[in-house]
Amino acid sequence: MPVLEGKELRIVGFLCNWCSYGGADTAGVGRFTQPTDLRIVRVPCSGRIDPMFIVKALLNGADGVLVSGCHPRDCHYAEGNFYARRRLEVLKRFLPFIGIEPGRFEYTWVSASEGQRWQQVVTGFTEQIHKLGPAPKIEGADAEATLKLLEAAL
Amino acid sequence: MKNLEELKSAIKKALPDLDLVMGWTDSYDPLHATPHFMRSDEDIDKLRVDALSVNNLATYLPSLKGKKVGIIVKGCDSRSVVELLQENLINRDEVKIFGFGCEGVVDQTKIRRAAGDVRNVESCEISGSEVTLKTGGSEHKLALKDVLADKCLTCRYPNAVLSDEFIGPELEAKAEFSEGYTDIEEFEKLSTNEKFTFWLGEMDRCIRCYACRNACPMCVCRDHCVAQSREPHWLTQEDHVREKLMFQIVHAYHLAGRCTECGECQRACPVDIPILMLKKKLNKEIKAVFDYEAGVDSEATPPLLTFKGEEQKIKEKDW
Repeated sequence: MPVLEGKELRIVGFLCNWCSYGGADTAGVGRFTQPTDLRIVRVPCSGRIDPMFIVKALLNGADGVLVSGCHPRDCHYAEGNFYARRRLEVLKRFLPFIGIEPGRFEYTWVSASEGQRWQQVVTGFTEQIHKLGPAPKIEGADAEATLKLLEAAL
Repeated sequence: MKNLEELKSAIKKALPDLDLVMGWTDSYDPLHATPHFMRSDEDIDKLRVDALSVNNLATYLPSLKGKKVGIIVKGCDSRSVVELLQENLINRDEVKIFGFGCEGVVDQTKIRRAAGDVRNVESCEISGSEVTLKTGGSEHKLALKDVLADKCLTCRYPNAVLSDEFIGPELEAKAEFSEGYTDIEEFEKLSTNEKFTFWLGEMDRCIRCYACRNACPMCVCRDHCVAQSREPHWLTQEDHVREKLMFQIVHAYHLAGRCTECGECQRACPVDIPILMLKKKLNKEIKAVFDYEAGVDSEATPPLLTFKGEEQKIKEKDW
């Protein structure tokens, strides 16, 4: 059994290549301690993030999703994060409606030099997810019931 | 409709300049009306406009781009036309819009619940505030307000918001914006877990027929829909509630800031899943954040297709 079994949760992070990914790297180079629950997916820009990435992750077993990009007005592509900001804000307000706890998704801005801030963000978010605990999983059709249906049909 | 003759003569006058005019006519039984494509005067004589004319004809407009088309619109349908214009999916000079003040349309599900077996309806008369159904030898008298679609009970735009010819008197709006969303607010009061269970239970019935998508006037990707694309492969063909819920969220989210709440998705659903709720929730939030309503102003840009440097209602360093 892995040492961390049961102690870690599944958190997915979408980080923009130019700022937040760099920020996380800075935190690493600076040897700031940070929790290891986060799995990072590097995207070219926060504007690349289709809100469906986040929904898909959450419905398929992620316990939390963190999105981080360049600060608004600081985007490498000039306006990617402005579009992202609108989409993510609407998504954040929508998710609780389908029964996903509001705290399971957060979006934020971290620049490449803000190693310290990255440490705070990732620590805070991981703590928040651990407080919420593992997300309820969507069960598939009961295998035995399916088998019975199949037998009845044959 | 009281001014039906006036509408017919207006269409007859306009038809020579158009390829076709879309309206409604009698269907396979007295309880339904069906979309009607009029190309001649005889076709126009068969036109009917009443509480059974539920279909939103704007759904057909994008596929008729390039043709000169006339369309009869209720208030909600006209908002779909406006939204299509906003997104350049149709050309203004190619559509001629006949608008009128709509008094509401019936919800077939409500009729079925009230009258029971409606498979062999012999006659259906709608007069004033009463619907009289004859089916299987028995007669049902239903109050019109009990069988009107939910969207009509809190209708904010009974009159066509955009039209070349407006037939008949203008009607007064039945409600304010906030009144249309009381059901959403009620639902929001449930606990997260209850909401999750509710949606899983509802979605479990979905048979993925995509009728909701096909009936939607704003779903214009059609053959390129993410639900069926293999590249990228967003959804599998698996019969799993996760895939069904995912599809509905995709559908709702692609309509964020664009949905005009005509309710066609929910009407088309063969298993009565309340999918309009998802879209209404998004509209409510769009109104709260961007103070925007879809399909009202044909010059406006949908909020998710644009941005502002400083957003008034989004907190920047929330996290």
